[in-house]
Amino acid sequence: MKCPEQIIDYMHEYLDEEISEEHEKILREHLQSCSDCQEYFRELNKSIALVQSTSHIQAPDDFTSKVMAGLPKEKKKTEIQRWFRSHPLLTAASLFLALMTGSIFSTWNEEHQFSVSKQPNLIVENDTVIVPEGEVVKGDVVVRNGKVKIEGEVQGNVTVINGERYLASAGNVTGEITEVNEVFEWIWYHIKKTAKNTADLFENDEKEQSFQ
Amino acid sequence: METIVKHRIKQVLKGDQNAYGEIVEVYKDKVFQLCYRMLGNRHEAEDIAQEAFIRAYINIKSFNQNLKFSTWLYRIATNLCIDRIRKKKPDYFLDAEVPGTEGLTMYSQVPSETPLPEDEVESIELHDTIQKEISKLPDKYRSVIVLKYIEELSLNEISEILDLPLGTVKTRIHRGREALRQQLRHV
Repeated sequence: MKCPEQIIDYMHEYLDEEISEEHEKILREHLQSCSDCQEYFRELNKSIALVQSTSHIQAPDDFTSKVMAGLPKEKKKTEIQRWFRSHPLLTAASLFLALMTGSIFSTWNEEHQFSVSKQPNLIVENDTVIVPEGEVVKGDVVVRNGKVKIEGEVQGNVTVINGERYLASAGNVTGEITEVNEVFEWIWYHIKKTAKNTADLFENDEKEQSFQ
Repeated sequence: METIVKHRIKQVLKGDQNAYGEIVEVYKDKVFQLCYRMLGNRHEAEDIAQEAFIRAYINIKSFNQNLKFSTWLYRIATNLCIDRIRKKKPDYFLDAEVPGTEGLTMYSQVPSETPLPEDEVESIELHDTIQKEISKLPDKYRSVIVLKYIEELSLNEISEILDLPLGTVKTRIHRGREALRQQLRHV
């Protein structure tokens, strides 16, 4: 028996799920009457089923990590950005610390010039401040980046930042003498000064209030 | 699924490499399966599948975000597989004799696993036979058959992946099915 040529095409249309009703009807009728084509159709379906039956295999466990290791290195920038995004508290803290140290060091560097508190009877020779013999200097004396020689009398505190002091046997200081040389000492000094100023402010306020 | 992947792609485009790991997780089995069925060898399949993911990452800027990522990824993988098949030199075959030995094949170099139950052995043998028959198909038929019957993709998607007209894809599937029918009818 000679089969119509298009029967095999119809089989493929059927397998592609694109067969028209008309073709499907022809195919069905033919398959019922032709055992050869039935066998052929069965073989096609069987081969598809066999291909589909191959168990679904999975990628090895370390697949993803191997791929990631093989990627070109990402830019340092994004790596850092991601770190910051995932550690907001640490970011804030480190930013604060960076700004603080920055400002402290810049003030320290700014103040590396020779300076002295202004009192009329102090004598300045190069970078040495002299409290002359027999003179009485009133108020606190602050010397930065210089030496101080005390031969007379200071009625107040003497502070030497980054310098040296000589107290002659005849010299006399009624307050404290402080020497600050290291940056941390200097910071400590700064803190103490700020605290003292604040305290003074309160005291003044109280005094003013008591005047009223 | 596609929306999550799209979101991850945006992160990757911004330079976040870790987001790509999640994309790999989503598609690794499908891509590995595709490569394995195309190449018929686990080791090569792993190689090519990894290469496909790395290429996709490198070229992600050229990916058109209006398309499905899977289509694009499968295209890269299929092309790499076809390249490999064409360039393939016969290198390691398990049943080749180990040099300097008599009758000792590469099979003996593979650590034997615990004895398998009989029916499992049978099913593995059947799978091996089917895989061998798939591997015998010319690559242009093999790719469409694998995409259609193992990855279960639509004809339209296959035509997009292979960048071929729908008609060509259909013809190839028909020829592929004919060839498989011939090869597998007596299994």
